Amino acid sequence: MTEYKYEDAIARLEDIIEKLEKGNLSLEESLNLFEEGIRLTKICTKILDEAEGRVQVLIKDLNGEIDFKDFNGGCI
Amino acid sequence: MAAPVLTVSELTGIIKYLFDSNEILRQVYVRGEISNFKYHLSGHIYFVLKDERAQIRCVMFKNRSILLPFMPENGMRVVAFGYVTVYEKNGEYQLYVEDMEPDGIGALFLAYEKLKAKLQKEGLFDASAKKSIPFLPKNIGIITSINGAAIKDLLTVIRRRFPNVNILIAPVSVQGKQAADEICEAIKDLNRIGKLDVIIVARGGGSIEELWTFNEEKVARAIYSSRIPIISAVGHETDYTIADFVADKRAPTPSAAGEMVVPEKKQLLADIAQRKKRIIAAMCALLNTRKQEIEYIKRSVVFRKLRSEVDNNRIQLDLLTRRLLRETVNQLMVKKSALKTLMGRLDVLSPLAVLDRGYSICQTIDDLRIVKRVEEVSSGEEVKVILSNGYLLCNVISKEKKVVRENDRV
Repeated sequence: MTEYKYEDAIARLEDIIEKLEKGNLSLEESLNLFEEGIRLTKICTKILDEAEGRVQVLIKDLNGEIDFKDFNGGCI
Repeated sequence: MAAPVLTVSELTGIIKYLFDSNEILRQVYVRGEISNFKYHLSGHIYFVLKDERAQIRCVMFKNRSILLPFMPENGMRVVAFGYVTVYEKNGEYQLYVEDMEPDGIGALFLAYEKLKAKLQKEGLFDASAKKSIPFLPKNIGIITSINGAAIKDLLTVIRRRFPNVNILIAPVSVQGKQAADEICEAIKDLNRIGKLDVIIVARGGGSIEELWTFNEEKVARAIYSSRIPIISAVGHETDYTIADFVADKRAPTPSAAGEMVVPEKKQLLADIAQRKKRIIAAMCALLNTRKQEIEYIKRSVVFRKLRSEVDNNRIQLDLLTRRLLRETVNQLMVKKSALKTLMGRLDVLSPLAVLDRGYSICQTIDDLRIVKRVEEVSSGEEVKVILSNGYLLCNVISKEKKVVRENDRV
C-alpha cells in the first residue's frame, strides 16, 4: 500500500466526505470517490496498528556502542 | 537614687540614638525567611524575617517595594538590605528594608535571565525555528531518569492513549553535576539512531536548584540542534526553564507531555468509523437522489410524450417490417414459379430427355462432332452412339442415303 501519512489520509477523507455530502457530482465521480473513501478508512485503520508497542531502554557499553534492552518497568 | 528619672520618650530617644549611631545597624544585609507577610493598602509591605532562633520585624515602603523584581511571600528565603532603627511611637525596633532579593536562587535567577536574553537574541526561541510535532508518532524517545516519577507518568499516559506506540528510553541523571552532559549526549544518541519521530525531555517537579540542569546553556543548545522535534516536560506548570523556551513544544508536566505526544487511539478509531458511516450515508443519499430523478423523469410529460412517440414509431416500424417481409415473400414466390416454368422448358429441350424417349446421338470419335448426315462419316469408320444410359462404340459397315424431296425436308 502507499506510504500514506495518517493526517494526509484523514484530510483527503474529509475532502471526499464533503464532496459526497454536497452531492453535485456525476454518478461516476461519486462512485470513484466512494471507493477511494472506503479504501482510505482501511488505510487509516492499518496505520494505527503499524507500531508494535515495544518499550526499550537505550544502553551504551564502555566503547560508546549503542544497544537496546527491553524495559521491564523498574530499575536497570 | 543616683540615676535620674527619665520620661519614656527620653529613654526611647536614648535607645534610638544607640541604634542610629551603630555602623552595622545603619547599613545591613540580613538573611532570613519571610513570615507574616502583609501587603498593606498603602502599598507598604510588612513582614517578619526569621531564622531558627530569632526574628525581626520588617517594613518596606511603597517607593521601594514597587521596584522589587519578584513578589515576596511567606516561606521565601531572602537577603534583605536596609537599616535598623526604633519606631518610638510603639517602642519597637525594626528593619527598614530598602532592597531585597531571593536568597540562594538570587544568583541563579540572574544567570537565568541573562542566558534567556542571550539565547533569545540569538534566535533560539524563534517560532520559525520550531519543528512541528508529528500528529501520530510511531517511535517516541524519552530522555529522563529511569527511576523518576516522570517516566512512570509518561509511560502510563502514553500507553493508555496509544497502547502500541514504540518507546525508547534514554536514561540520564536529571540533576547534579553530570546531568547536563548526559542529557546532551542522550539527545545526540537519539538523533543518531534516526528512527524516532519525537523526543520528550522530562523531569518531575523539584526546587529551582533541582531543575537547574534544564537552565544550562549546553542543554539549550543540544535541544536546539536536534533534528528530531523535542517536547520539554520539566517540573510543574509554574516552572519555566530555558529548555522550555528552546524546545519545539513545552508541556507543563510529564503527564501533559504524554497527552500531547500521542492522540487517543480509541478516539481515532471511532472517528474513522464515523467517517465511514458518513461516506456510506452520503453515497446512499446520492443514489436515492439519482433514483428519484429518474423516477421523476419517467413520470414527466416530456418523457411520456417522447415515449409514446417512440412507441408509435416502433409500431410503424413493425408494420413496415411486416409489409416488407410479405412483399419479399410474394416476390420470391413469383420468381420461383417463373423459374419452374423455365426449368420445365429447359427439360423439354434437353437432349437427354430425347435419349430417354429412344433416340440416340451419333458422334465421330476423333473430334466428337455430332453426325447429322451420312456424308459426314465414311464406311469402316468408328463412331460413338450415345444412348440414355451410356454409349456404344460402332463400326459403320455401310451407309445408305435416304432420298427425299426437297420440300419434305425439315
